Order: sequence, then structure tokens, then C-alpha cells
Amino acid sequence: MSDTHEIVGRGNRDGARLFQHWFNQLNHTAETGGPAAYVFVMGSLNELLRVFDLPIVMPEINSLQTAVRRVAHEYLNQAEDYGYSPDICGYVKADVAVQLRGGEHPMGRIPKPSLAVLTNACNTYIKWAEIWERMYQIPIFTLDVPGTRAAGKQTWPGDADFENDRGYVLAQIKELIGVCENVTGKKFDIDRLRENLQHANVMSRAWRRILELNRNTPSVFNALTDGTIYLGVSNGFRGTAEGARYFSDLVEEMEFKAANGIGTMTDEQYRLIFVGVPCYPIFRRFNELFSEWGGTFVNSTYLWFAAGGVSQGYEYDLQRPLESLATGLLIYVRNAMDSMFYQEEALAEMIDPFHVDGIVYHPIKSCRTVSTGLADNRRALMASRDIASLFIESDMMDRRVVSEAQLKNRADAFFEGLASRRLAAR
Amino acid sequence: MTAEPIFPEWRNRSLDDALYECRELFEDTTFPTLRRWRERGGKIVGHFQVAFPEEIVHAAGLLPFKVRGAPIETVQADSRFGSYLCSILKSSLELALSHIVEMEMFVTHPICDAARNLGAVWGRNVSYPCQILYLPQNANSPHSAVYLRGEYDRLKRSIEEISGAQVTDDALRQSIAIFNQNRRLLRELYQIKNETPWQISADEAYVLVALAGLLPRAEHNELLETLLPQIRARNNHSKDKVRVVFEGGFCEQPPLDLIRNIGRSCYVVDDDLLIGLRWLLEDVVVDGDPLANLAGAYLEKSSYSPVQHDLRKPKEKMLLERIKKSNATAAIITAAKMCEPGLEEQVAYTRALDAAGIPYFMGEFEENMTSFDSIEIQLETFVENILFA
Repeated sequence: MSDTHEIVGRGNRDGARLFQHWFNQLNHTAETGGPAAYVFVMGSLNELLRVFDLPIVMPEINSLQTAVRRVAHEYLNQAEDYGYSPDICGYVKADVAVQLRGGEHPMGRIPKPSLAVLTNACNTYIKWAEIWERMYQIPIFTLDVPGTRAAGKQTWPGDADFENDRGYVLAQIKELIGVCENVTGKKFDIDRLRENLQHANVMSRAWRRILELNRNTPSVFNALTDGTIYLGVSNGFRGTAEGARYFSDLVEEMEFKAANGIGTMTDEQYRLIFVGVPCYPIFRRFNELFSEWGGTFVNSTYLWFAAGGVSQGYEYDLQRPLESLATGLLIYVRNAMDSMFYQEEALAEMIDPFHVDGIVYHPIKSCRTVSTGLADNRRALMASRDIASLFIESDMMDRRVVSEAQLKNRADAFFEGLASRRLAAR
Repeated sequence: MTAEPIFPEWRNRSLDDALYECRELFEDTTFPTLRRWRERGGKIVGHFQVAFPEEIVHAAGLLPFKVRGAPIETVQADSRFGSYLCSILKSSLELALSHIVEMEMFVTHPICDAARNLGAVWGRNVSYPCQILYLPQNANSPHSAVYLRGEYDRLKRSIEEISGAQVTDDALRQSIAIFNQNRRLLRELYQIKNETPWQISADEAYVLVALAGLLPRAEHNELLETLLPQIRARNNHSKDKVRVVFEGGFCEQPPLDLIRNIGRSCYVVDDDLLIGLRWLLEDVVVDGDPLANLAGAYLEKSSYSPVQHDLRKPKEKMLLERIKKSNATAAIITAAKMCEPGLEEQVAYTRALDAAGIPYFMGEFEENMTSFDSIEIQLETFVENILFA
């Protein structure tokens, strides 16, 4: 019994603690004026940047925190007053306001960037970094990672097209090392990279295992709520000993719950997959729209792409760290992009092993990367599988386009439909 | 694939009549030249905005068709997308879903988050191959030219599967030469716009450029070679209009009537309309490795747009240079509705213009818009403020 109390919920408790620790460190960096690297969740390159002891700032996470803490509108309004359109990404606008406020943020002060590293996994990353370049005249490095060219046409090591992409990624990583050396004045240490890659391998292995464990009935975690905590740690602590330890512990917790039949909710009725980005302005209430009916999310595309694609499970070869980092980055980031553009096959394959009752699509105004293809994706999936689905639109940041009553009506009707399907199947 | 012209209507006509036929073709949303090309057994590769190495398609004997949306009802395409998206995405897909344009292959680019999704959406709805051409977003990497050469080679192999024949280096060199001639003619057209803007209206010039995306390039060359000297010889006189640069037409296109409206009170002496057709600023080297030459030109001899990231080309600096080079007095800064890169760039543009003391008119458009009264009044006020300041 004491094991149960100690282990169950540990991931959420430790996650919150680590998260606070991360922001405390950022606050300290901001106060002392030290250097910081701005990066994004898809292709953060934490493994490499930490070789240079660069504190990692993830503006996407800063922005969503303003929404979770219900102050996003203040930041959005400030950026719109500055000139940004209501029709662009809310994350960008919240960050612009954070910068205009000198780093003031609900979780502490955010340091200014000394360097920004981004991939092309989201085009808005590029436009976003150009804003910092203009504000601070800092080096911005776009690490271009070519994605999948067409559905089902992924290439792999040994294929000429994959090698062309990998050569490009590897060359850019080497160029980035030079930029980091210039910014920090520190020499690149390949043994430290090897160490960070080892930590990242532990995390990737664990992440994959945790996702698998949610095949269990009852499900051991809620991909929407608990999953977002795990994501935060995964992104902020990738390539660190703390991150590796956290995820090893998390596997232990989830295995314990699976072995003892402990679910994430006491009365699990419906098992759902979430496709898209959560509705952060009413995050808790949004989940309740489903949990009140006994619905829980057993998986989500968010846990794939917002973890930078590490769910794919590639592990670095520590004997060839740089080459392997290039291969891994290419495979990870490509997987993250595939999770947004070509996810219908992966979703279809999960329906049976995860015992899925329904799929919830949640496109949002703010993010065209994730949202543009969802309606057609749903159409294609529904044509191939007999599965219930719900399509609801709102936003991840902007409460002006979040209608809770409308969302609730749609969710209620969806669950009534699920109940009818279940009755009919008996 | 055929020596017979697919757009014969302008031939042996007066300049005004020829320009009328050009406009008729441009505004015909049944895309008759593409239909004629296919009726003669030709194959088409559609490529979405902005830049695309059309020479590779041309060298395979196929027709490159610039997919730039159309002012049509998006009856079927609407159900494939959610809200908050630009119109060009929907109308372009509608061309395929409604079988207005039949093609053998479709290529899109990661120019924005919506366009990149378009490849997957399009691919789920048609039977022919659809793909993304990953043009480099790190133009500053010394390795990007090597990468792009490889990416062009991959595209070439895909096109060979469509054409059923190998694309030789010699065929590529011939295509590059034809496109070089086209680039020279387009530069000449823009020179006329700039030096003697009273000789050609903004909408006439725009239509002449746009037809490049609807015709075999040699046929477009013939059209321009015939009409440009006649345009130069027009007996038009300069009017009291403000010289402006139009910015914001790199992807979704403003309605022709909007361009015409702007032209009533302004001389549009330079712009980024259909910039993909004018992306390469100089001739591409013909000798040597043609794919490497095309890749090098894309990176080193190219224009700018909000959807290409290049540290050497900060967009606001490039805009100021465009205004200075074209001797413009003011700028019209637009963005298509819901166009994220365009809307984001507006902030940098307007701040740079404010700092430089250059007057500008800011607005949004949609390809399907039909009412211009309000924008016309605002624009006239803007122009009067400049003229009578």
C-alpha cells in the first residue's frame, strides 16, 4: 500500500517539481544576464546545446503557460497592439509580448536569447525566429530537416535520397557547432555529446514504452492531461541525467499501475485518441468535457509531434555521435511532421491494440501546421475504419475563439452516439 | 510535345485585341490551354506557389502548370479543410476535385504550414502522385546547393516515371536556354513598367506574366517577343499618378479587378506578384551540370519572399531596396486573408517603412473578393494625401 502511495502519481509530482526547477533556472539566468538558447519542441537539439551549457528556453511552452494560467489574452492583446494580426499563431504573439515586457512571464523572468536554433518542422518557427533576429540581432540557425515527400514514401539509411537528406543535416549540425562555440566561447566536447545522447536514448526508450503501456485496460495515464506534464519534462530535460531518471521512474510507475490494474480514472468508460493540440485557455474544463462521461485519452498525436517525434524510438549510436545525431534528428523530426500531415494510417493501426472507442479531432485557429489537414484526415480515416469521431474547433491560446458551451454540446452528442453504438453492438 | 500553339487567339491581332485575348484566357476558369494540351496527348505537372524548377518538367516534354488558385466556388474543397485558412489552398484543390484541371502529378512546397499540408490532402483525394519538393530553408548552409541538386535529381526521377523517358542533360540545357529567354523577356516587361509605366497598365502587365504559368514557355516567349515592342511603341502619355511598389502577391493572387483598381490611381512600378515565375533574377548557366546550375541559381541569383528564409535577404531590407531601385514614392503592403507568412511580414515591413519615412497603404485581400469600393476610396485618399502633401 505504501508502494502505491509512493509510486502512483509520482510522475505528475516530479514533473511539476522539475518544471518549476527549470523555470527557476531560467529566472536566474535572466537576472544574472547569462546566455540562453531559444529552441522549439520539434528538433530542439538539446543534446547538442547542453554540451555548451546553454540554458534552454522553449517559447512554445512559455506561451502555452500563459494560456493555462489564464493570462494569455493580456499577452495577445499587447502583440496585436504592436501590429500582429489576430489571424496568426497565438504562441508567437504571446512570446512577442513576453519579449516586449523584458521577459516578464507568469512563471518568472525569461532570459533574452543569445542564440536561436530552429528546424523547419513548423514554418512559423522560421518567421518567429526572424522576429528575435530583428529584436536582438542574435544569430539564428535554421536547421533544415527535409520531411517525407509523400504518404508512405519514407526513406531510410542506405537509400540515396535519405543519404542526400542526412548529408545536409550532418553538414548543418557541424555548422551549428561552430556557431555555438562562437556564442559561448566554449570548445565542442564530443564526449559530453556522447553522454547527452546516452541520456536521450534512455528517455526515448522510456517514452516509447510509456506509450505502449497505455494499451492496458484501464489506461494508466491520460494522454491529454498527464501526457502534457510528461511532454514538458521530455522537452525541457532531454539529454540530461535528470530527464533520463525521471522517465525511468515514470516507466516504473506505469508498469506498476498496469500490473496492479490501477487506471488513470476510477470508472473508465470510453477510450479515446486525441488528434491536434489541447485547448489550453480552458485546459482543465476541456478535459472534463470528456472525463465526465468516463472518457479518457489513451494516446494522442500531440504526444508524438510535440515530443519532437521521439515516440518513433530511434536510439543514437554512441560510437558515431555526430553522424548518429544527424540520422536521429532526421528520423525524429520527420516523424513529428508525419504525425501532423500523414497520421491517418498510424491512427487506424492504433484502434485495435488500444481498444479505441472514438477519435477526437481538435483543429485550432492558431496552428495551421497541425490543423490544416485534419478534416480530410478524418474523412479518409472514417472511409477506411468504422470508428466514431468528433471534430471540434477552438484554439490553444485565444479564448475569443473558444466557445465552451458549443464544445460541450458537441462532446455530449458524441458520447450519446458512443453509448448508442455500444448498445447496438450488444 | 506539340508544335501547334495552344493559345493561337492573340496572333495576327492588334495590340489591344491581343491583350484582350490574353486577359480572356487568364480569366477563363476552365483553363482552356491546359485542356487543349491534354487533348493533344500532353501531360501536365501542377506545381503550387511559389518557386519551382519548371525547366525539369519542361525537359521531360511535360507542361508545368503554376497552381495559383482561381476565383471559383470551392464546393468540394471546403469539406477537406477546417476554418481559418487562406482561399488559394481551397480553390487550388477545387481545380483537382472538380476535374477542372486534370494533371499527371502535383508538387507542393513547404512554403508555409498550410501549403505543406496540401500535399497530403491532395494525395488522399486523387489517383496521381503528389509530393512535396523540399526546397532548402537554410539557404545559408554551404551544403544547401549540394542538397538541392540531390533534391532536384529526386524530382527529375519522379518526373521521368510520369513521362516514361529519361530526362537527359542536353534536354535540360535546352530547357534552361528557353527559360533564360523567358526571364529576359519578363525583365524587359518589368523595365517597361518601371521606366514608362504609362505604356502598360498594372493589370495588363500582370496578365502577361501570369500566362507563363498556362502556356509552354516557348509559346509564351513568342507572345512577349511580339507584344513587348508594340507596347513600347504605344502613344500613351504620362499621367499624374503615384509610383508604388505592391507587396504581398507572392502566393495567393489578388483579383485582377483589384490590380486594375490600384492601377487607376497608381503606377505599380514593381511588385512581388507571381514572384515564383520571376524568382531567378539572372540567366542560369547553360553549360555544365544543369541540375547544379539550377540549384545554384535558386540560392544565389534569386529574389526574396516571406516564405524563403535567407539571412542575407532580410525581407524589410529587400523591400526598401525594391522601392529605391524602382524609384517608387510609396508602397502598398498587402497580405492574403489568413496568410500567416504574409501577415507576419507586414509588421516588419511597416516598421521599416515608418523608420524610412516612406508612405504606405496597408490592407488584406482574398482572391474571391468582388467588392472594391471601400478599398478604392481608401486608396484614392492615400494617393491624394501624397500628391497634395
